[in-house]
Amino acid sequence: MSWYKRLEKGIQTPTALKKETPDGLWHKCDNCKNIMPTRDYILNAYTCLHCNQHDKIGSAEFFSILFDDNQFTELDPNLSSGDPLKFVDTKPYPKRVVDTQAKSQMKDALRSAYGKMNGIGLVVACMDFAFIGGSMGSVVGEKIARAIDKALELKYPMLIISRSGGARMMEAGFSLMQMAKTSARLALLAEARLPYISLMTNPTTGGVSASYAMLGDFNIAEPNALIGFAGPRVIRETIGKDLPKGFQTSEYLLEHGFLDFIVDRKDLKDKLTALLSMLLHG
Amino acid sequence: MYLDFEKPIAELEQRLADLQKLASESNVDVSQAIQSLEENLFHLKQETYQNLTRWQRVQLSRHPERPYTLDYLEAICDEFIELFGDRNIADDKAMVGGFGSIEGQTMMFIGQQKGRNTKQRQMRNFGMAQPEGYRKALRLMKLAEKFGKPIVTLIDTPGAFPGIEAEERGQAEAIARNIRDMFMLQVPVICIIIGEGASGGALGIAIGDKVMMLENTWYSVISPESCSSILWRSWEYKEQAAEALKLTAEDMKGFGLVDVIIPEPLGGAHTNTAETFQNVKKTILDTIAELKTLDPRERINRRIEKFGKMGVFQE
Repeated sequence: MSWYKRLEKGIQTPTALKKETPDGLWHKCDNCKNIMPTRDYILNAYTCLHCNQHDKIGSAEFFSILFDDNQFTELDPNLSSGDPLKFVDTKPYPKRVVDTQAKSQMKDALRSAYGKMNGIGLVVACMDFAFIGGSMGSVVGEKIARAIDKALELKYPMLIISRSGGARMMEAGFSLMQMAKTSARLALLAEARLPYISLMTNPTTGGVSASYAMLGDFNIAEPNALIGFAGPRVIRETIGKDLPKGFQTSEYLLEHGFLDFIVDRKDLKDKLTALLSMLLHG
Repeated sequence: MYLDFEKPIAELEQRLADLQKLASESNVDVSQAIQSLEENLFHLKQETYQNLTRWQRVQLSRHPERPYTLDYLEAICDEFIELFGDRNIADDKAMVGGFGSIEGQTMMFIGQQKGRNTKQRQMRNFGMAQPEGYRKALRLMKLAEKFGKPIVTLIDTPGAFPGIEAEERGQAEAIARNIRDMFMLQVPVICIIIGEGASGGALGIAIGDKVMMLENTWYSVISPESCSSILWRSWEYKEQAAEALKLTAEDMKGFGLVDVIIPEPLGGAHTNTAETFQNVKKTILDTIAELKTLDPRERINRRIEKFGKMGVFQE
């Protein structure tokens, strides 16, 4: 005999009325399962104090980590996808976009902004994995192109933070051409001799790695990120063999000469400041 | 060899051949029958090839008898000197290139190369280049730039090779660098999709002042098969995937993502290679002449601007 009796059967709270759980005081690491105070976890730039696991954060967190006092001017915040192909798979592409926008509270898979980092002017474009796997379509391409234009205008260094599975299939040919469009702007940035830093985070693959992510004057990465051209599943299927341990990690890329250095997120701001200071003032 | 949708054409052609044989072996006058059969055949071909589905175009682009890069070079160049190696680790047989001359004009030709038989296919790795292939291509482009010669790239690849060594040696970096550096080339650059234009593997040699597609080719971010496997979790939906991707020459020209469609003979490039080669040769010569009237900086600016306009979004 239970103490309480349920009077109404099948109680369902509509999503709109559900209460947001307030930020917990404690954070449990997905990787090592250790518990730490949330405040310390955030101060540690959303990385685990015990195992150094770098959690998948988005543009809002990166902006707060990099820009002084979280002060920045966002660029083109309202750009959103068209549907040039009238693409339909399991649902129409515009519906997918609208659903994802509602769910993620983001317009697309990248946000860009400019501001000061330890007093140094900087333009940052940061990808959001929560939006259709951080996939690159026309909006991502256009926002990067405009962000680079802003860097050229302000004579600021450029930082792009990548976290993406690659090109967005639902924009097919248009997605592919974003690789060209962004790389073209980077060629102009290079011509103007403005520094470009590419930070690769987990994961950076496909059309993103095969364009702007690999074109930095400085190619850097967070620890233990998956970085590559083809995804591990595709490679495994193609060659019919298991992949070596540690394949396509940041450490593997560093070993093979494709990264300048790996940086812990909590040290990112200081390390970038030191690097840019040498270039700009030395 | 006939593709599945070409079976009715194959039957008519067989009947026509039989009739012609009969005519030559006997005195029976079948000229009327032959004539009407020929007319029927022509109409059937017209109807078939002018109403191809997107998937059928993909099939034609992969036709085993379709001309490959070296076939074009042999046919259209008065002379061609192949150059090998990336000066780094290897020579990639899936990416070929060298100086060639057409009507006294020297140009750098670069393209992916597929194989005709099992042995060749293996050697050419099915037209899937490794990083050293892209680096070889860039080396040759810079060589052309140094000597002021225009560049023509011929694209025909099911993708850049996805393998352990390719990753180890920086497939992504190699392609990215090519894309960026091709924008700044001082000489005219023409890119022609002659078969398959799959994703970054194609784009890695496809940044040009004019990007063209032969009529029965495809160019997109992913192959219909892979798209099907990702979106529908099965390889069975390749026809739908091809439709959804809108990957034909007509589609891509309509979107403003390529500049020119080069017509093919009725039935595809392989049915009359002489005509195909002539079309391609003429297009190259006309386009180079046109591009040479611009000064290098103007060409570079227009190149960057053209790709800069690609994309559909709302403010």
